[in-house]
Amino acid sequence: MMALGERVLQVASREGAERVVVIHLRLGALAGVDPLALQTAAEVVLEGTVAEGARLAIEAVPPAWWCGPCHLEFSASDALGRCPACGLASRQVLRGQDLVLHSLELDP
Amino acid sequence: MCSHCACGLPPAPPLAREVVLAESLLARNDHQAAHNREHFRAAGVQVVNVLSSPGTGKTALLEALAARAPSSLRLAALVGDLATDQDARRLQQAGLPAVQITTGQVCHLDAAMVHQALAQLEEAGHPLAALDLLLIENVGNLVCPAAFALGEQRRVVLLSVTEGEDKPLKYPATFHSADLVVITKVDLAEAVGFDHALVQRSLQQVAPAARVLHTSARTGAGIDALLAALLG
Repeated sequence: MMALGERVLQVASREGAERVVVIHLRLGALAGVDPLALQTAAEVVLEGTVAEGARLAIEAVPPAWWCGPCHLEFSASDALGRCPACGLASRQVLRGQDLVLHSLELDP
Repeated sequence: MCSHCACGLPPAPPLAREVVLAESLLARNDHQAAHNREHFRAAGVQVVNVLSSPGTGKTALLEALAARAPSSLRLAALVGDLATDQDARRLQQAGLPAVQITTGQVCHLDAAMVHQALAQLEEAGHPLAALDLLLIENVGNLVCPAAFALGEQRRVVLLSVTEGEDKPLKYPATFHSADLVVITKVDLAEAVGFDHALVQRSLQQVAPAARVLHTSARTGAGIDALLAALLG
């Protein structure tokens, strides 16, 4: 969260923006980040800055795994990553582990 | 009110412009972790990241490892906590050179904090190259630390017998990332009715490749085996 706040303010300053209106994020289901907690943390970290009151637009990225033995990419509904073909838990995550700062809407 | 014609309508929101960044916020940590890993490799030191919920007995286990390790084995520890340096002092009393990392509001260690602590360890007379095994005790938390690599070669997740056999299923991401799962406080297993078969089944689902060891810091059970596994 600190990394997010720092980066948002860095870009806003670089762009000469007076206000950050929207922060667009892509949040992986396996990133270990709770969207509500992120919202609250953002409010605290950005208070008193040009990004105070910015809206957090969070797009959820579903998880994707790779099963080596089955040569299969799959998405599972639970967080365990069990291959639908063989039932074993995969240790290779393809997508859904990251938190990406996609873009900022700035004024002006 | 609209400032142009006094019509009473609120002004239209200003047109915001979009700056696309598409930056991974975890990538910065991954980059630093790769840098740490290179330090560890060059120094020939085994580095272990120890994760668990609060109260699982991470510090007690490190104390027990320090007590059982042969004197020829050069050990040190980094300890993460939100506040206080109590754990580092405990470990120092156990004869383990230790640096406390106080994270303030941050609920996990990250690679940059570890890098900084390595410099402190060196200032204290324990450069990486003079160590065989570096134990990193993460902040007690089963959620966030899993996402932050520190550059470690091994990740150990602790589960105490007092916590409940289904914990691996409740925190799958953390257990999934484990190379080694250590069941702690096994001397209490009988008293709390711990079901070893049930926890084995939970682990089979989320961490099928992880090795499982059983320890008791109090009796010393399993500590030698753990030490061998960390160095092997």
